[in-house]
Amino acid sequence: MTEPSVFDEIVDFHNRANPWPLYDKLRTQPVWQEADGTFVVSTFREIYALFHDPRISSDAANLLPEFAHKAGPLSDGGGALPPSFIRTDAPRHDTLRRIAMRQFGPPHRPDRIDKLVPALEAIVTRLVDGLVGKDQCDLVDDVAYPFPVAVICELLGVPEEDEPRFSAWVDPIVNSAGQPTPESKEQAKEAFQQLGMYMFQLAQRRKADPGDDMLSGYVTDDGPDGQLEGGDLFATLILLLIAGHETTVNLIANGWLTLLRHPEALQRLRTEPDFSIRMVEELLRYEPSVHFVPNRIAVADIEIGGTTIRKGHPVVLVLASGNRDGECIPHADRFDPDRADNVHLAFGNGVHYCFGAPLARLEAQLALTQLAKRLQNPRLLADPPPYRPSPVLRGPIHLPVAYDGVLPA
Amino acid sequence: MVVDLTKCQGYAQCAFLAPEAFRMVGDEALMFDPAPSADQRVKVLRAAAACPVQALQVDMADLPQQPPAEPLVAAKGDRLRRDGRIVIVGASLAGLKAAEQLRADGFTGTLTVIGDEPEEPYDRPPLSKQVQTGFVASADTTLPRRRDIAADWKLGVAATGLDLERKRVVLADGQEVEFDRLLVTTGVRARPWPVPEEAALDGVFTIRTRGDAAGLRERLLAHPKRVLVIGSGFTGSEMASVCVELGIPVTVAEAGPAPLSGALGGVIGRISAGIMREHGVDLRTHTKVSSLQGEDGKLRRAALSDGTTLDVDVAVVALGGIRNVEWLESSGLAVGVWGLACDAGCRAFTAAGLVTDDVFVAGDVARQPQPMFGYQFLAMEHWGNAVTQAEVAAHNMISSETDRWPHLEMPAFWSLQFGHNIKSVGVPPIADQIAITQGSVESRQFVAAYGYKGRVVGAVSWNQGKWLDFYQQLIEQAAPFPLPYDMTNPPPDPVPVPAEFPDRQYPGREATVVVTGHDPSERRATLVRPSRRR
Repeated sequence: MTEPSVFDEIVDFHNRANPWPLYDKLRTQPVWQEADGTFVVSTFREIYALFHDPRISSDAANLLPEFAHKAGPLSDGGGALPPSFIRTDAPRHDTLRRIAMRQFGPPHRPDRIDKLVPALEAIVTRLVDGLVGKDQCDLVDDVAYPFPVAVICELLGVPEEDEPRFSAWVDPIVNSAGQPTPESKEQAKEAFQQLGMYMFQLAQRRKADPGDDMLSGYVTDDGPDGQLEGGDLFATLILLLIAGHETTVNLIANGWLTLLRHPEALQRLRTEPDFSIRMVEELLRYEPSVHFVPNRIAVADIEIGGTTIRKGHPVVLVLASGNRDGECIPHADRFDPDRADNVHLAFGNGVHYCFGAPLARLEAQLALTQLAKRLQNPRLLADPPPYRPSPVLRGPIHLPVAYDGVLPA
Repeated sequence: MVVDLTKCQGYAQCAFLAPEAFRMVGDEALMFDPAPSADQRVKVLRAAAACPVQALQVDMADLPQQPPAEPLVAAKGDRLRRDGRIVIVGASLAGLKAAEQLRADGFTGTLTVIGDEPEEPYDRPPLSKQVQTGFVASADTTLPRRRDIAADWKLGVAATGLDLERKRVVLADGQEVEFDRLLVTTGVRARPWPVPEEAALDGVFTIRTRGDAAGLRERLLAHPKRVLVIGSGFTGSEMASVCVELGIPVTVAEAGPAPLSGALGGVIGRISAGIMREHGVDLRTHTKVSSLQGEDGKLRRAALSDGTTLDVDVAVVALGGIRNVEWLESSGLAVGVWGLACDAGCRAFTAAGLVTDDVFVAGDVARQPQPMFGYQFLAMEHWGNAVTQAEVAAHNMISSETDRWPHLEMPAFWSLQFGHNIKSVGVPPIADQIAITQGSVESRQFVAAYGYKGRVVGAVSWNQGKWLDFYQQLIEQAAPFPLPYDMTNPPPDPVPVPAEFPDRQYPGREATVVVTGHDPSERRATLVRPSRRR
């Protein structure tokens, strides 16, 4: 048995609560070749460069045969559906993303997200109201999870009461993304089929009786690029459903944890108007929801960071490590909400930049502000809290918090 | 506020979060309102914080209170930094950015900013775009202030002379301003129509200033029968695009083979010509305007070199610019049609080719050797260049020899026309070949690389700007051309072809210098002006 690599240690669940010293170690070398042939990139400049490098593909078809098993099932349809657009390259990627964007944001729907702000406020208010009359809560189960789920359901047009059904399908997909095994991949494939079937039925209903939701748009509106056909529609819907909440849960939970560890920032959030705007940006850098992008492939040999990344090999971009790279970011290990020119990698970069980033930012700004202003004397009941298994979508699975009371909204 | 559109890669975060102030055009082009109403403040702050490349600059008055920065204290012996006198001539983008940089670097002496226009520094790119379509008022384009620069502003009064011996700038109203260090950022003015009587006709416009833009906008609002655009560089092409958007019939007269061919070559020019014609523009290449004809002082017709006569009531003269150096002609500095020559650290040259130590230059008026591009002296009339060059000049003005920076910024520019976002890095016009590297011309989503003698010297993207950082690196590394490896989204035809640039002449080649004196200590060079040569 060979010595575990730094990256192996990062993936090891035992280090989930505090991977930061391992990331420091990882950055002593910009690019590592793992024993299995995967290349791991740790430094800000190199990650940024590869996000803009047309020799880096997102299409698993470019993997050499011996790496085919590395294609994670989170977004490749698990064999049941075609890959979603985050697992494709231009020109197909650009077309699919443009059609998906047409129902979500500019240029076709420029104010969809802006107009959603009052609804977002109302959902957070309702959830925090639910904490009244208790003296402790699980911030994940009570706020961080239900909030983005309610939002993505409203946006997509998925009935919120179906949440227990789809979360039973989403869990195996997310779990197998972190550490794919033959059993977990089989479960994920099954889940993709079930979710696809569910989405198919929902699409039929929206087609007959369209609303103002994105799903209705996808099945009724016909733009210059046409509509999403068959499997592409379901792959896109499942991607948006999963990505639309699995990441934001972490952002809010990591955010609340960070605020309770930095009481001065929590206090400023209560008193300074607009403080949440830059605070959330710093939070994204300091505690990103997605710790690495695991699914890139080199289509040519690439000389970078003193190493040659080999054609056909998988490439892992460790965003969380890049975000703490002191070579590019001053006092990178300090949580500094006043940081100017905060350029970070939390949402990736280049053509695959996070589709839902504006929504995630707003959700975190609104949720954390309201929690800060309303929860009286909040205390962590476990530090560190227990974490979810995934090393990719990293965040607490539970965040028990005690408090003295809840102020009215 | 202002968006640095050189940095902007079209992530649209601002357009999501503040849709009244930011609009996406197509996939990645951005239009913005530089002066959004007060009730947009929080949304604009959200947009500014969210920008993934931090391209959005908000006026300090609208920013949240910052903890006070540690004051920079000048070293004891550093008299210039502590209480020197710095004069900046030219109160536009470069002048403002230099002033801000001087203060950021700890300059606490007196700062005077002189500008011939009466307005505070304003942003010019919107004048040929969102101002003409009516999204933004020309008066709302004032550049944001990023810090307090505590300057003595002398606006609406032109500098008319420079006395290097006495270190004084002479102003049109007779004032003289003394300096220890001078920065020249006088930029470029629009080249007027060459026949003065025709240029004076009502309806004939150039477009460089706020006044120009406001006048033209008013005329376009009155639904002219037809607009004639003379010249199809970026400004001319953008004006044609505006006319199409406003539903106004437009003819473009281009003396060369295609639009944009001076900046991007004939291959890209033909693509651009095709797009213009698809949008209904009456594009006439290899065609000059012979005369502009009026009645009662109003423009009525234009006669073209193709023998036709057009009924037009508006003509936009887009024939490039003239560098504002006349005030320096008897200063002994190396000025001419090429601008003011300087070293890579922005120090101006004298006519004899000596580098000065107290006169600096930045922005459109500066012509500087570019080590990355064969050490050629190039003038970069780009927004991003004005900013970075001004910052380097400002830094060098108050730094000792060993602390000086070279201005090695990668040239970059953008243009938005006919719904397409065109961005470029490097210096395409020095290239001999071009090759499509990603995407397809047919889909109007592609990247092309420019090569010179087997290395990459430039790139242009059409609606694919997020890839340009890669090409910038290739240029900086003097990477081989054509690119010798596989890439995603390969083009149908990757074979390099001639880039088809018009022959370029170094404008300094025409300079005439008279040398006098015999002893090395007496040798002097004087530039002879064409007007005086006769």
